[in-house]
Parts: sequence; C-alpha cells; structure tokens
Amino acid sequence: MTTTLAAGPRGAAAPPSSPPPTRRRARRRELTAQWLFLVPAIAYVLIFFGYPIVKNLVMGFQDYSVRTFVTGEAPWVGLANYAEVVSSGIFRTTVVNTALFTLGSIAGQFVIGLLFALFFKRRFPLNNVLRSLLLLPWLLPMIAGSAVWRWILDQDGGILNETLQGIGLIDDPIRWLTSPDIALVAVILVNVWVGIPFNMTLLYSGLQNIPDELYEAGALDGATGWKAFCYITWPNLRSVVNVVLVLGVIYTLKVLDIILGLTGGGPANATQTLATDSYRRSFQEFSFGTGAAVSNVLIVVSLVFAVVYLRANRRAEEE
Amino acid sequence: MSPTTTPRTLLSTALGIALLAFMLFPVYWMVNVSLQGGSTAASSTFFPTDITLDGYRTAIQDQTGNLLTSIVVALGAVVVSLAVATPAAYALSRFRLRGMGIFLFALLLAQMIPGIVIANSLYTLFNDLGLLNSYPGLILANATHGIPFAILIMSAFMRSIPPALTEAARVDGASHFRAFWSIIVPVSKNSLITAGLFCFLFAWSDFMFGLTLTTGADIKPVTLGIYDYLQGNVQSWGPVMATAVLSSVPAIVLLVLAQRYIAAGALGGAVK
Repeated sequence: MTTTLAAGPRGAAAPPSSPPPTRRRARRRELTAQWLFLVPAIAYVLIFFGYPIVKNLVMGFQDYSVRTFVTGEAPWVGLANYAEVVSSGIFRTTVVNTALFTLGSIAGQFVIGLLFALFFKRRFPLNNVLRSLLLLPWLLPMIAGSAVWRWILDQDGGILNETLQGIGLIDDPIRWLTSPDIALVAVILVNVWVGIPFNMTLLYSGLQNIPDELYEAGALDGATGWKAFCYITWPNLRSVVNVVLVLGVIYTLKVLDIILGLTGGGPANATQTLATDSYRRSFQEFSFGTGAAVSNVLIVVSLVFAVVYLRANRRAEEE
Repeated sequence: MSPTTTPRTLLSTALGIALLAFMLFPVYWMVNVSLQGGSTAASSTFFPTDITLDGYRTAIQDQTGNLLTSIVVALGAVVVSLAVATPAAYALSRFRLRGMGIFLFALLLAQMIPGIVIANSLYTLFNDLGLLNSYPGLILANATHGIPFAILIMSAFMRSIPPALTEAARVDGASHFRAFWSIIVPVSKNSLITAGLFCFLFAWSDFMFGLTLTTGADIKPVTLGIYDYLQGNVQSWGPVMATAVLSSVPAIVLLVLAQRYIAAGALGGAVK
C-alpha cells in the first residue's frame, strides 16, 4: 500500500504501462526481501505437513510393508488396503470406539469445564492462583498422567477401588482397565481429566467478554440465576462454545498417549480407536499401507471438523 | 482489584480449593507414591509415612540418559521453532503478499492434522535420509508441535505494534531484516517467550515422535522411558512415579514461575 502511494506523484510523469526498469527492479528486490521472511516457514510446512499428507494418501494405495524398506518397491494395489481395512472385523470396533471416546470425552470435558468456568466467574480471594494451577493436568506430559492413572485405576492395589470398597459402594473390585465393558469408560474418564483445564480456560475467557451491563439489565427484568444463564450467558457464549467443541473433537481424535499408556488399545480391542489402530498397523505390524489407509480416514474426519472450526471461528471473530 | 473478603467469598475460596484438590489428586498421588520407594507392596498408603528416595534412585539410574535426551530435543525444537516462526510471524503481520492468506489457512489446518499421519510418513522419509534415531530428526519432527502455534500467536502480537516504529527505521535506510531484528524482536520479547515456552512444553511432552522415530535405546526421550515401564507388568510403582514426577518438573516450574506467559499462551492458541 505504501509503495503505490509513494509511486503515485512521481509515477504520473512516466507512461503507466511500463515503469522504468530500475523502479521495477527495486520493486522486485523489495518483494524478494519480503518473501525471504516467509521462505523458512513455507519450506518447513511443505516438508513436515504437506509432504506427510500427500505421502500418506499415496501409501494408502500401495503395498507398503517391511519388504519395501529392503527392496524399495511398493507395488500399487488400488483400493486393496481400504478393502482390507473395511472388511476386517476391527474396523467397525475402532469406528464405534472412536465415536464413543470422542463424544464421551467432549461431553464430560465441556460440561465440567463450563461449570468450573461459571464458578470462577465469581470474585473471591485466590481466584487467579487456583484457576492457573488448574491448568496443570493439561500441561503435564500425557504419558505421565496415564502412568499415575494406571496405578490409581489398578484392579487390586489401586486407590480408587480401595476407596470405593472402603466406603462400601462396591463389594468386588472393578476391573477398570481389564474388563472389555469398562475399559473405554475408564479411558474416557482420564481424557476428561486432561481436557477440563482447556475447556475451562476458553469458556472462562468467553464469559469475561460478556458485558456486566447485560446482567444488570437482565436482573431488572427478573432474569437471575438459571434464567440469566439461559437468556444471557448461553446465547452470548454460543460462538465460543462452538470453537471449544470443535477443537475438542479435533484434539480428541488424535489422542494416542493416553490410550497406549493405559490399555494399549485392549482388552480385546475394547479401547482401540482409529488413531491407535493406525499406529498398530504401521508400527507394530509394519503394514504401512493399511496403516495409512486408516489414518486417511482420520484425516477426512479431522478435515470435516476443521472446516466447521474455521467457520465457527470466523463467526466468533465477527461478533 | 482484589475482591473484598466476606464470609460468602471465603466460602467460594474454600470450594475452589476443594475443586483444585480434587482435580490435582492424581498429581498428589504421583508424588506420594514416588516417595514410597521401590517396595513391591500391593498398595500405596495415603500419606508417605516412610519417606524413601529409593524410587528416585532407581529412576535416576534408569532415566538420566533419557532425561538428557528430552532436554536436548526440547531445547533444539525451541530454537528451530522460533528461528522459523519469528520471521514468518513478522511477514504475516506487516506485508501484503499474494498467497499469504493461503499460507495462513494452511497453518490453521496444519495444527489439526493427527500426529500419527505425520509419523507414518516421516518414518519412511527419515529412514531414507538416515534421520531415524537421531537428534536432528527428533528435533525437526518435534518442531511440528510448536511452529504453527508460534507463528499464529506471535503474528497476532506483532500486528499490535504500531507500524510507525519500523517505518521510521526504514526511512533512515534500515533493511527489512535490520528493522525486524533490532526493533520487532526486542519489542515482541514477551510473545517470543510465550511461544518458546509452549514449544518447549510441547516437545518435552512429545510421545508420538519418540515412539515412532526412535527404535533403539540410545536416543530415547523420557516419555518413552515411562512407556517402557508401563509396557510390562509393573511390579513396583515407586520408580515409575518418580520418573513421572521428574518428567512433570518443567510443566510445574513453568506454571509457577511463568504463570502470565502460560496464561497468555493457553488462550492465544485456540482463539488466535
């Protein structure tokens, strides 16, 4: 913009169609200088995000296995990898598990995160300190969190079963991580614990952005408590809520550490998701072709939510 | 600014402390069990009555190398991330170049790509380039955790710097690079610190790339050290929890010492 303005008065003398070569060269040098700032980042994004996506799409159509690493050959197999993945009994399980894991985690994180955010909207001593310490579960390495939860949820010596038995809520220990019926619930529980701080932080900032005058005006009309929440808080928080929910879905789809650390996808694939199954196929069975096919499914699901996110985010910014 | 102390607000504080205690119980449990040593007792007691450092002794014996690897990789990832992200953030905040919108869009999408997709492809690429089981390989891969985030958060900050600041220097004949290096970087110090801290935490906590891009025992981050413990049937939780505590130290220290940077980053990451 500044360049056109500066060129205006002086450029008026020269014919507009062909500026003098020196000025054109100066302009090109200026453009090059500006692009140089972006070159490292563009190169990095192309190599470490662009290439993997393309490579993953291609691998999905190839028989890419241990032999490939020796011979360098990865024969084209068309849709055979996808056919194998979809027809394998485990695919249905992983899709259902991924859906349940995502829905359960998001529901838990969001509801508890919102309650926490509403609570911390009150003014009281130590509010800020307590709220920032609550970020800790989110900042710890997830695998460290999984490790301690593994011991808390342990069937025989774990503190959770001991406590529940101690207060007489259960008679026999619950097989949190070893029962195919319960393991997914346990894994969701831990992921909710990890996700609460993130949800709380974003929702809290959304609440802070709702002007106090709205509540004052609402109170005059008799809208307090639950009514104030329904008619003032929720409608004004909607755009932030959308962003939080969609980001939650995208982050939950990726989760690997928590599941591998707690159950390794077991027992009997009860906690196997698309992400862990892709890992299992590629890095445990060295069938990179089918592993890529599974993660391509994951890419498509993530992209759908990414588009939803970008739209929700734009709406949040417009408001 | 500090709210008045009334019975009502004190009750809220008490409730807040209770919520925090509930949420941080696993962290307490981690520390508690880590101090109960390497005994093979079937369960842990609620308080570490017999404090022993046996767990830490074993952990340090097993994990010192892995901890050092994690430190090298995380610091390396910070350097790479900031070196790549800072100039890009400046360009995005100042220049109007064709195609920049597409780049910004690509960055937003990049944050959402599941790590396993990247790991799948990087494994084959790194295998060809001889970067498996190497520090440069792990550092470059771990920078993926932080670069999009760092660019977005720093360019948001740099947009708030008055253009007059650099224009004056440019009129005096300073190059873009000089204006960037001697004006923008010092003024943006805080956002660089926030971005750097998060790049460190992301790389330090990384599990995915440690799991997939290293195969031997030579170069292994501490997160994988923990995972190795969990792979078997854990006989004694003292050393496992001691390692978990050691791996949590950076997050705890940063949360206490760099609270305002962490708070800024936690928000900036999602809503831009």
